[in-house]
Amino acid sequence: MMNSWHDRVQKPKKSRYRWLIYVALVVVYIWAFAGIPYHGIKETAGQISRAILTGIFSPDWDYVYLPDGEDLLRGLLDTLAISILGTVISTIVCVPFAFWAAINMSNSRWVSGSGKMVLSFIRTFPEIVMAILFIKAVGPGSFAGVLALGLHSVGMLGKLFADEVENMEHGPVEALIATGANRMQILWFAVIPQVLPGFLSYTLYRFEINVRSATILGVIGAGGIGTPLIFALSSRNWDRVGIILLGIIVMITIIDMISGAIRKKLV
Amino acid sequence: MNTKVELRRPKAPSRFKHYLTAIILLLLLWGSAIQTESSFSELFHGLPNMLDLLREMFPPKWSYFDNIFDAMLETIRMALVGTTLGAIVAIPVALLCASNLTKRGLIYYPARFILNLIRTIPDLLLAAIFVAIFGLGPLPGIFALTVFSVGLIAKLTYEALETIDQGPIEAMTSVGANYVQVFLYGVIPQIQAHFASYVLYTFEINVRAAAILGLVGAGGIGHYYEITLGFLEYDKTSMIIIFTLVIVLIIDYISSKLREKLL
Repeated sequence: MMNSWHDRVQKPKKSRYRWLIYVALVVVYIWAFAGIPYHGIKETAGQISRAILTGIFSPDWDYVYLPDGEDLLRGLLDTLAISILGTVISTIVCVPFAFWAAINMSNSRWVSGSGKMVLSFIRTFPEIVMAILFIKAVGPGSFAGVLALGLHSVGMLGKLFADEVENMEHGPVEALIATGANRMQILWFAVIPQVLPGFLSYTLYRFEINVRSATILGVIGAGGIGTPLIFALSSRNWDRVGIILLGIIVMITIIDMISGAIRKKLV
Repeated sequence: MNTKVELRRPKAPSRFKHYLTAIILLLLLWGSAIQTESSFSELFHGLPNMLDLLREMFPPKWSYFDNIFDAMLETIRMALVGTTLGAIVAIPVALLCASNLTKRGLIYYPARFILNLIRTIPDLLLAAIFVAIFGLGPLPGIFALTVFSVGLIAKLTYEALETIDQGPIEAMTSVGANYVQVFLYGVIPQIQAHFASYVLYTFEINVRAAAILGLVGAGGIGHYYEITLGFLEYDKTSMIIIFTLVIVLIIDYISSKLREKLL
């Protein structure tokens, strides 16, 4: 009886090279975990994490607004301004890149292929390294952060925009060609109306990412809330670390909510 | 006759909303430009500096490769360990967040809320905080990547969990399987390929992140940016950038091929 059941339902066959993959994985993991120095943790670790936690739950409220200069609200505003400007710059810059990389907008594979290569090259270049380079050019401050975000976002936005252009309906374009429209008219009346909602939605999505990026730019002196956070961390002012973290979390949560609601309406 | 035709034509939608949006956007831009003290003249004046910098970066100092090779291995190791630990922690978190497996709103709404809070803090800030807590070295970097990975993997996984087929789960429940059995034989087979794909995707992101964590002292190759930039050795900096690019592209390629096979 048992045998007949086994005849009917056979277990799916497993690949013969399965064990090879497992062995490779085990070797990689042994290499990874063995190479980490597990010593060198400060004895004060528990104490400090408790201090930061109490800092988060009993924040330094006075820091929210100081009449003279550097406070939380101004830092957050700076961060927000950097991400808005950076996003707008990259949105403008990436549109020609997107049409360059979209396969249905060019005559040969080489053109769009090279556009995609350029975009992926920009994408892999970390924004914080770009910010370091821009700081050398325009000096430390928010403007360097704006330029870094503006350039780095082109990589991702350009790719998403190009996908959007590739996925559009070809009918309206053909209809306009049939009526004798020139290239500009085709672009304006057939292409733009189709891709605009997608473009806007991706721009907002990238804006959400850029707000997060803008908070870390201050670590290297490119403006935003990161600079006071690093100062507070190095001067062991845990209450202030707490309020800054809280500020970042609240700001990003609110922006995500607003942007998500708009994006739902758009698409 | 003519006016009648005119009347029958539908009216163009009001453009008031578009104008209002445009004005608000321009105001936002203007305010942002003032806040960040951006000016194109400054960029224009700074451009020669930047060209000088780029000229100094080329040619890259290829011999610096020997110095940074170990740091690169450490970077990959950090990404690997951080992603793995994050993936392990993400499994129970994702189960708690999925509304079709955790039937109580009292559990999955707070769980999702906490998950969203975790995802708001960028990896480099997490690393800076962990460095303050644990001291310099790759360990705080690994912890930062772990927390970051939990946020990402758990979110992607719980969204995939909510779209799984309920049939096998109902069938198993009706024959009296307990929660663990349902999970092992009803949920895992449906989700494992997606999960593996998300882990690989997170690993790609973590390699990029690990490459800059050194800027705050959390180990890996990022530390060498500070050293070389501090000594104004830009040819070495460009070597670091190129090496990182190559490694990231190779890992991205392998990982995306694997993910294509999985799904």
